[in-house]
Amino acid sequence: MQKLLLLGDEAIAQGAIDAGLSGIYAYPGTPSTEITEYVMHSKEAKTGKVVASWGANEKTAMEAGLGMSYAGKRAMVCMKHVGLNVAADAFVNSAITGANGGLIVVAADDPSMHSSQNEQDSRFYGKFALIPILEPGNQQEAYDMVHYGFELSEKYRIPVMMRITTRLAHSRSGVARKEVRQQNEIRLPENLKQFILLPANARKQYKSLLNSQISYILESEKSPFNVMIDNPDKKLGIIACGLAYNYLIENFENHNVPHPVLRIGQYPLPEKQIRELYDSCDSLLILEDGYPLVEELVRGFMNNGKPIKGRLDGTVPRDGELNPNIIARALGLEDTYGRDIPAIVSSRPPSLCKGCPHIYSYNALNEALLTVGKGRVFSDIGCYTLGALEPFDAINSCVDMGASITMAKGAADAGLVPSIAVIGDSTFTHSGITGLLDAVVAKSPITVMILDNATTAMTGGQDSAALGKIEDICEALGVEKDHIRILNPLQKHHEENLAVMQEEIAYNGVSVIIPRRECIQTVTRRMREAKKQQLIEKSEA
Amino acid sequence: MKKDIILAGVGGQGILSIAATIGTAALSKGLYLKQAEVHGMSQRGGDVQSNLRISDREIASDLIPMGKADMIISVEPMESLRYLPMLSAGGWLITNTKPFINIKNYPAMDKIMAEIEIFPRHIALDADEIARQMGSPKSANMVILGAASPFLDIEYESLQDAIRSIFRKKGDEVVQVNLDALEAGRNLAMSKMN
Repeated sequence: MQKLLLLGDEAIAQGAIDAGLSGIYAYPGTPSTEITEYVMHSKEAKTGKVVASWGANEKTAMEAGLGMSYAGKRAMVCMKHVGLNVAADAFVNSAITGANGGLIVVAADDPSMHSSQNEQDSRFYGKFALIPILEPGNQQEAYDMVHYGFELSEKYRIPVMMRITTRLAHSRSGVARKEVRQQNEIRLPENLKQFILLPANARKQYKSLLNSQISYILESEKSPFNVMIDNPDKKLGIIACGLAYNYLIENFENHNVPHPVLRIGQYPLPEKQIRELYDSCDSLLILEDGYPLVEELVRGFMNNGKPIKGRLDGTVPRDGELNPNIIARALGLEDTYGRDIPAIVSSRPPSLCKGCPHIYSYNALNEALLTVGKGRVFSDIGCYTLGALEPFDAINSCVDMGASITMAKGAADAGLVPSIAVIGDSTFTHSGITGLLDAVVAKSPITVMILDNATTAMTGGQDSAALGKIEDICEALGVEKDHIRILNPLQKHHEENLAVMQEEIAYNGVSVIIPRRECIQTVTRRMREAKKQQLIEKSEA
Repeated sequence: MKKDIILAGVGGQGILSIAATIGTAALSKGLYLKQAEVHGMSQRGGDVQSNLRISDREIASDLIPMGKADMIISVEPMESLRYLPMLSAGGWLITNTKPFINIKNYPAMDKIMAEIEIFPRHIALDADEIARQMGSPKSANMVILGAASPFLDIEYESLQDAIRSIFRKKGDEVVQVNLDALEAGRNLAMSKMN
């Protein structure tokens, strides 16, 4: 069969479809979004009636995935690394309940923060939850590991984490498919108390999870994804996790590394092979994208063994994504470089699209705040975070999904009145609703702007759970109807929009302003597709 | 055979369709391929690039090592310069000369051209103008790809076939327009070399 040219994300999705997936749940987040989108657009998934849906947030997605697993079917849950913070409660406890149908949680990390607010390493979450972690080193492994991961998950009745990074998620290569597996039939857990985490039961379940750790290590020791490659120069042994292995071998003619290399693709770490490498080499170099997880483990707190090099001793930079040059420098090989970027080249930061509704919302807001001064606008995660940049310079915070409303409330509690929150429609339903309830209960003098562009724009225009519901939600939470104001963010309405903002900012209580106009990207796409459809109909007629 | 290519441009200019065409052609020849793309925040009018690697042997890294790229193909002149740390000493710089100006401090065009012309191996052409004259302003991308085609080590016919297969769904007219754009870019590059 001809290989498919797939992004790492797409390879995972195709792998899941071929491995008998019944449901995939996610909240969009770069670099994980394309996994779920691929399943949504797959004809095979449609034929197999695979459920593919966006949850309100990563926690609801994780719980839905756990429910599907409870019912005995295979489920996948996808999120970006910071999304796992949101899903953490369900995620960590799912390790205690265990799985029934195979359950894979994909966490997509973003070292170098290409599109994120931090570069946290999800492997720590997997280790924390005491579950097996798979870390693919290329697109083919990303595909293969889904089959393997579901088998592992069903063998031990445990959720399995798959940790990827931006580079693999968004890089394309040829992938060969395996045989297609049937989906599971509905099958209740053998023990109907398995998922009841009452203390008496949870203690039992936890002990059983602890007892399984040795089995997980043995699985890692015989895993096809943990490979020891013996080589003669034992002055140095190298442990290379995931993509780091590719960057390593890139530096050598015919990919022949002179040193012994232990390639890691499955955790918990294979103790036997790590010990072998340590015993046979004079020193070790640890190469891993993200935090120095393996390095800390191998080094230990006392660090009284052989020299261990990596991110902690400065051989590799402490932060940022790895690449072939970083590894060349770590090995003392010749570094390569073209020419410096000419001084005339200016930076070109991302910006709001021409005609974007947020432009007009920020223009009016900036003017409305002229009299009270800068430093009062708490914002959130989405395209509108670009309001931090010139020419707007309109916001003062961007921390985590939903933090705009709650930070505005806290600041207002401190006496910073007025305090303004700016949040998008999808972010509002993700994690803003509970914060707005807090503000209503406390009668906080804050103004919440919910920028409603009817989509999850930053990640490419996925459906927003908020669509058509925002006023009703606000009213139901107790925001006074008179202080829920809807605007059309266009230049021609600037004066009236400004007046509404001034009024509501002056109001001593919770007010909500909803500037509402569809994202310019989704409008354009919709029109383009409509035109295409017309052409098709015309040609068929 | 090995070609490491940096594709450069501004988010929304469609460098990925160039990548898709080269990629399809390479796969049809049974070559290995890796192509790292940029998705997410930068796509909103920011600078974007793609690392495209083609080889007759298995490829290790998704990223091209600095100073090792055989070619920069850019649909925007200033963006072609942003990736010079990636380009090898004898590498080709192939770029559109039509600036995409969405920032205040965009440098003067003559300064950009002076930097481009430092490279003995460069092809600079106004692909937008060529595409416009052909009545298909959207195919400036394919003009640029055509200009790069003599240096790709992929048979020209394979690129043509790739265009046919990629644009097939959009109808014969679109296929032909893109083939013509490819041809125009190629002819211009050939004439500049002679």
